[in-house]
Amino acid sequence: MRRQRSIFQNIDWITVLLYFVMVIAGWLNIYAAVFNQQHDNIFDVTQNYGRQLMWILTALVLIVFVLVIDGKFFDAFAYVVYGVSIISLIAVLFLGHEVAGSKSWFRFGSFGIQPAEFAKFATALALAKYLSTMGIRFSETRTKITCVAMIVIPMLLILLENETGVALVFSSFVLVLYREGLSGGLLLLGVLAVALFILSLVLPKMTLIIALSIIAVVILLLFRNKTLVLPIAGILILSVGVVFSVDYVFHNVLEKHQKKRIDVLLGKETDLKGAGYNLNQSLIAIGSGGFCGKGYLQGTQTKFDFVPEQSTDFIFCTVGEEWGFIGSAVVILLFLSLLFRI
Amino acid sequence: MKFIQGGHRIIFFALFSIVAVIYLARLFFLQVVEDRYKISANSNVLRRITDYPSRGLIYDRNGKLMVYNEAVYDLMIVPKDVKNIDTTDFCKLIGITIEDFSKKFQKAKIYSPYKASIFEKQLSAQTYASFQEKLYKFNGFYCQPRTIRKYPDAIAAHLLGYLGEVDEKVVERNQYYQMGDYIGISGVEQSYEKELRGRRGVRYALVDVFNREKGKFEEGRYDTISVAGENLSLTLDAELQLYAEQLMQNKLGSVVAIEPSTGEILAMVNGPTYDPNLLVGRVRSKNYVTLLKDTLKPLFNRAMQAYYPPGSTFKLTGALSALEENIISPGTSYAHVFTVGSKSVKCHPHPPIALEGSIQYSCNPYFCNVFRSFVESNKYGSSENGYRTWRKYVNSFGIGVKIGVDMPHELKGLVPSVEFYDKIYGKGRWKASTIYSLGIGQGELGITPLQMANITCIIANKGFYYTPHVVKKIGERKNDTRNLLEKHFCLVKPQTFNVVIDGMQRVVEAGTARNASLIKDSIVVCGKTGTAENPHGKDHSLFVCFAPRENPKIVIAVMVENSGFGATWAVPIASLMMEKYLLDTIKRPDVEKRMMEGNLLPDYYYRSLQLQQQKTDTAAIAKKDSLLVVQVNTSFGKSSSYNGKAKP
Ligand SMILES: [Zn+2]
Repeated sequence: MRRQRSIFQNIDWITVLLYFVMVIAGWLNIYAAVFNQQHDNIFDVTQNYGRQLMWILTALVLIVFVLVIDGKFFDAFAYVVYGVSIISLIAVLFLGHEVAGSKSWFRFGSFGIQPAEFAKFATALALAKYLSTMGIRFSETRTKITCVAMIVIPMLLILLENETGVALVFSSFVLVLYREGLSGGLLLLGVLAVALFILSLVLPKMTLIIALSIIAVVILLLFRNKTLVLPIAGILILSVGVVFSVDYVFHNVLEKHQKKRIDVLLGKETDLKGAGYNLNQSLIAIGSGGFCGKGYLQGTQTKFDFVPEQSTDFIFCTVGEEWGFIGSAVVILLFLSLLFRI
Repeated sequence: MKFIQGGHRIIFFALFSIVAVIYLARLFFLQVVEDRYKISANSNVLRRITDYPSRGLIYDRNGKLMVYNEAVYDLMIVPKDVKNIDTTDFCKLIGITIEDFSKKFQKAKIYSPYKASIFEKQLSAQTYASFQEKLYKFNGFYCQPRTIRKYPDAIAAHLLGYLGEVDEKVVERNQYYQMGDYIGISGVEQSYEKELRGRRGVRYALVDVFNREKGKFEEGRYDTISVAGENLSLTLDAELQLYAEQLMQNKLGSVVAIEPSTGEILAMVNGPTYDPNLLVGRVRSKNYVTLLKDTLKPLFNRAMQAYYPPGSTFKLTGALSALEENIISPGTSYAHVFTVGSKSVKCHPHPPIALEGSIQYSCNPYFCNVFRSFVESNKYGSSENGYRTWRKYVNSFGIGVKIGVDMPHELKGLVPSVEFYDKIYGKGRWKASTIYSLGIGQGELGITPLQMANITCIIANKGFYYTPHVVKKIGERKNDTRNLLEKHFCLVKPQTFNVVIDGMQRVVEAGTARNASLIKDSIVVCGKTGTAENPHGKDHSLFVCFAPRENPKIVIAVMVENSGFGATWAVPIASLMMEKYLLDTIKRPDVEKRMMEGNLLPDYYYRSLQLQQQKTDTAAIAKKDSLLVVQVNTSFGKSSSYNGKAKP
């Protein structure tokens, strides 16, 4: 009895409320995106929105289930779950179903399971378990290395499956580690590395190398400290190495369509018929929403769901078009609030 | 959260907040400040346009066009887009009043302000042309091309069937259909709906603010091409059909003509019929109600759904079954009377005769005796088993079972079961003499004209039939939707038929159907008349025949309600049709004139007034005497047949 009460006392009702608002908003917007006069029943399970509702209800059951289960269960099984998900990540490489060049789905009839999605949760669980184990302190180098390994292993496996997007999500675990006490310098270094990576894609190699060299010289001149010469030179050489390897990877490893997508994303190319089409259509859709939007189901740009990702990856276009700046802002603020609550 | 060190927590939040602010700033710029995209969006509205395929055309067996499509245009409305239009001009163009306009507009708005719905159905091509010119002035309206059916000769209404809009039930059952679609509701239009309709396509077009199509969306990548419906070639002979309809005008009844060697239906006529052009376009529902209310029931497909007692024509089936079971032989004769208790079935005077002559003179006592010999035969142990065997034979002639014609709503006919009689008379309390009227085609028998024709096909073919059907070819290929090449055998062997066919030949040459003879043109016609006495009015006239005797080309069954003796109306109508089909000339214009001008309707009107009375009588009569059973099939409410003693 006492335990039961404590479960519900411990619930953060504001988070729950945020969750439900977002889930329902998502569902209604999927309906708007897929909307077609012939199937206008929002509960029609042959359509995306009907299936979304099914998933929402399934998730609800799972949530209640998770809440009721004793925390010790997760404590005991964290590593097991992590192990199983790593094995399934390996298995999917051999047994998986290939969809659009990536092999990350197990197919069971019309039903699909993507182990990478479970790996996110499993990794979080295992990390939490590891960091809360008695005697483990984050300040120790060994702990840090173990943590990084725990994140990088599934990440690499997912990269092998050709699901770059999902793999990138794993880099957000860095934020969790930072919260756990990873030094700010390291985070800064990470941010700089990403910046360097993007810059090396945008700018010509030589320009970037010259600019980096100038920055190094300026720093040295500013501080006039001999002990800095060696580390700065080291970093400079490393950076140049990164620039060259990024260049190499971009031109020799990435597939043509991936290159194109990156180019379009960085604004280097405007291909209105091909890869840039969705981008341009999305801008038009969001842009035409105005301050107040066109109103629910009144959008004209994102209807009919012929872009296969309209109701998933590009759902924000529907929000932007039909709910305008107000709606978009509310969605972003909702996400921000949720992040602040957890 | 409390585990997080203060400093890190603040940086953590700050980081997210910065990202959110960047997003919001970008969105504000994109959505509020910049108006480039709003302009793009206006010339970039997507419209989903349904491409309706043209429905397959229908030809007769000789390639004559029977059904074609005429283009019409549904005027569609999207209420939320309707802005600043000149209502007066608009109404003048499509010929409605301002009040109509606001009523229709409200209706569309209630249905949905943003979904397209039909504002005005089926504008003619001329209206469409003048409307299209001014379309740019009428934001929120556009035209959707549709087609309606046209029938150049206005014949074969029941057989061709008609189209109607799908209802919610159909849409729910079948994923293909959407509200507003047309679907075949009866006849060939229904049974070959899938072949005729083709496949609908969808086109996504970019439309600008001025309602003009600017081009395909993404080069038509998401468009699906519509596939035109397939044309059908019928087995029907349009000329024969038209001729039979003319002969049957102002009469009630039905005519069915079949080519026995293939099962191809050459003509199928109902009297009264209607002009199929009445059931298309904007006038459809109004005309439908009128036709439905007509007491003559012009919508009723008598050929496939009306139950008539087969009368004397049924003596053929009875004779064949008895011969096959060795109950009688061609030489068997009976006393010229059939007595049951105090009642007796009598006959008109004619020379003493065996089987062949009895067919020629249509001798009632003879066939009552045959029936009794069959059912009471020692072979079967009991009259119950005897009747069961008899019934099995009758069923094998395609009576009391569906024969599987390729049109919807075929009825299987009535042949009472043992259980039926047990219920009326009690188990073991009935025998042949109780139900002897079956032997002369009366009593509880109910047979459709199509079945009468099919029985005659079996006789013409000496023992088998091909499933009667109306569609010969789908597109350029043979009709492969049904098994039309399979012979269906009845229980009677080929050699048994000869004596009965001899009798039928004598009916035409020296018996009750001399009018049908084509012997002058050296064509041997075999036939059998029938008349069912009708206590509520004049008798039904019936005639079945085939010709020529060797390698028969045509089988005809004619049923004319309330017209007296078989010979008076049914025989001349059938014989004129045979002349038309086999010789392609009419050598007896006087007979033709008499048939075409003959009007047998007033009687029917008189009788229809009594229909109510008659229905209430039915139950009472049924118990008294099986001879006097009146069958009114209430479940269909359309078919009726009448009791009475058979006459030659
Ligand atoms: Zn007689």
